[in-house]
Amino acid sequence: MTYVITGSCIKDDSCVEVCPVDCIHPKPGARDFESTEQLYIDPEVCIDCDACVEACPVDAIYPEFELPEKFAYALDLNAEFFAQTGSTVERTAA
Amino acid sequence: MAPRVAIVGAGPAGAFTAAALLRACGDVQIDLIERLPTPWGLLRGGVAPDHQEIKRLDDTFESQTFKRGCRFLGNVEVGTDLSHGDLMRHYTAVIYATGAQTDKSLGIPGEELPGSRPATEFVAWYNGHPDYRDRTFDLSVKRAVVIGNGNVAADVTRVLTRDPAVLAQTDIADHALAALHESQIEEVVVLGRRGPAQAAFTSAELRELGNLEGVDLHVDPFELDSVSAQWLDEEGTFTARKNVQLLREFAGREPRGERRRIVLRFLRSPVAIRGDGRVAAIDVQRNEIVRADDGTIRARAADDAVETIECGLVLRSVGYRAVPLPDVPFDERAYVLPNDRGRVLGADGEPVPGVYTVGWIKRGPTGILGTNKRDAQETVERVAEDLAALPAPPDEGGIDARLPAGVVTADGWHAIDAHERERGRAADRPRIKLTSREQLLGAVPTP
Repeated sequence: MTYVITGSCIKDDSCVEVCPVDCIHPKPGARDFESTEQLYIDPEVCIDCDACVEACPVDAIYPEFELPEKFAYALDLNAEFFAQTGSTVERTAA
Repeated sequence: MAPRVAIVGAGPAGAFTAAALLRACGDVQIDLIERLPTPWGLLRGGVAPDHQEIKRLDDTFESQTFKRGCRFLGNVEVGTDLSHGDLMRHYTAVIYATGAQTDKSLGIPGEELPGSRPATEFVAWYNGHPDYRDRTFDLSVKRAVVIGNGNVAADVTRVLTRDPAVLAQTDIADHALAALHESQIEEVVVLGRRGPAQAAFTSAELRELGNLEGVDLHVDPFELDSVSAQWLDEEGTFTARKNVQLLREFAGREPRGERRRIVLRFLRSPVAIRGDGRVAAIDVQRNEIVRADDGTIRARAADDAVETIECGLVLRSVGYRAVPLPDVPFDERAYVLPNDRGRVLGADGEPVPGVYTVGWIKRGPTGILGTNKRDAQETVERVAEDLAALPAPPDEGGIDARLPAGVVTADGWHAIDAHERERGRAADRPRIKLTSREQLLGAVPTP
């Protein structure tokens, strides 16, 4: 299971601040932060704690099992972001 | 006495700044001054009505500003009702967050013909901005052309094509909903100056354009030119790769014969808008992608051939520009307030004591809603550093005696908000907006 950020994300980074395992990227200050259209959750690291859902001011985050049909694409998209641009491990090693 | 800080402009940048300032310096009196009777700027008047979830950010703004003692002074225009000098006499610090209020023009013949308008006027009209409710857009035409490939271009394209029954569940202005119900538009052509790899749409917006019920999306099959292919491979963002992937998928689609259709055209620049007394057609030229000497990717005219697209409505969305404020330094080339991390700089390059800036008028019209949170943080750090050393304002009596009649406070705004939500409840809509100053002020109880 994982949580998933959808296209409604406004990158206000409230979720980054509350994530206990630092699995939401890119983080403010990261080289690709400005050029990335939304934030993504690394499914390999997410511990399903729900903190980001509480923090998100625009309700852009869902647990995988509650992901609405119109956002179904976002499950793969979040994983793909880390596969293409670097995993949480690689990003936090920097 | 706690220092008084005025924030001019109650849009997202102003709201994030008020919230950050309250967090950074608890003992500060903040007035959020706004030209309109309603706060939250483009969150209310810009964000598309079918992106209702994003508008929920207003709850966060409310709880982090007005609920924490920040005052709202709505229906007060700095530059007319109050001058910069008035603010400096009554506040320890003044933060300008007035955004970028005008559109860039195309600079082509025919741009001013009736039927050719800035897309942002269409946006302000469908979002019920009181200054734009009386605009009219001729939707009795068959084809509209949208110039530009950014968020606003995507928004207006969706609103022009999607089923009005969907929009009827949103807070779209009633006058716009009525006009869209009567719309005869069958096709919206969206022109991008650059190629599929450089489209400024987010992939979320592009995906949405491709998934509208009752709308066909047409993209001509394409091969990326070698410059773009190499750029995408070596420097392309995750979004750019996603966009190209989505566009290839769209290009392979069979039309479903829907009532309306969106056509995305890339590598096309408008060169003239034509018509006898009103828009009848737009002339476009083909571009090619080149890598300039400085390494940037540019579009330039590929040849002299002109293609004419018949259309009755042209909406241009090629960027915004801030307008100068009276008595405040302005950078006429960059169209921002000259500043160092938020401290406004005078002609001598030194900070003007007590004057700050945030948002689009500080950094130019870039970024999305959340960008303003970090931008606000940067400005607030400067204010917090300076605040103790700034002199108390000459007039310690406060601004209230200088405020014009008809000022709308947070209580007044809450009355407007409650009234709009109540009107919406019966119709199962989030709210039904009041769209004129008279209506808005009429909903404010007289003290």
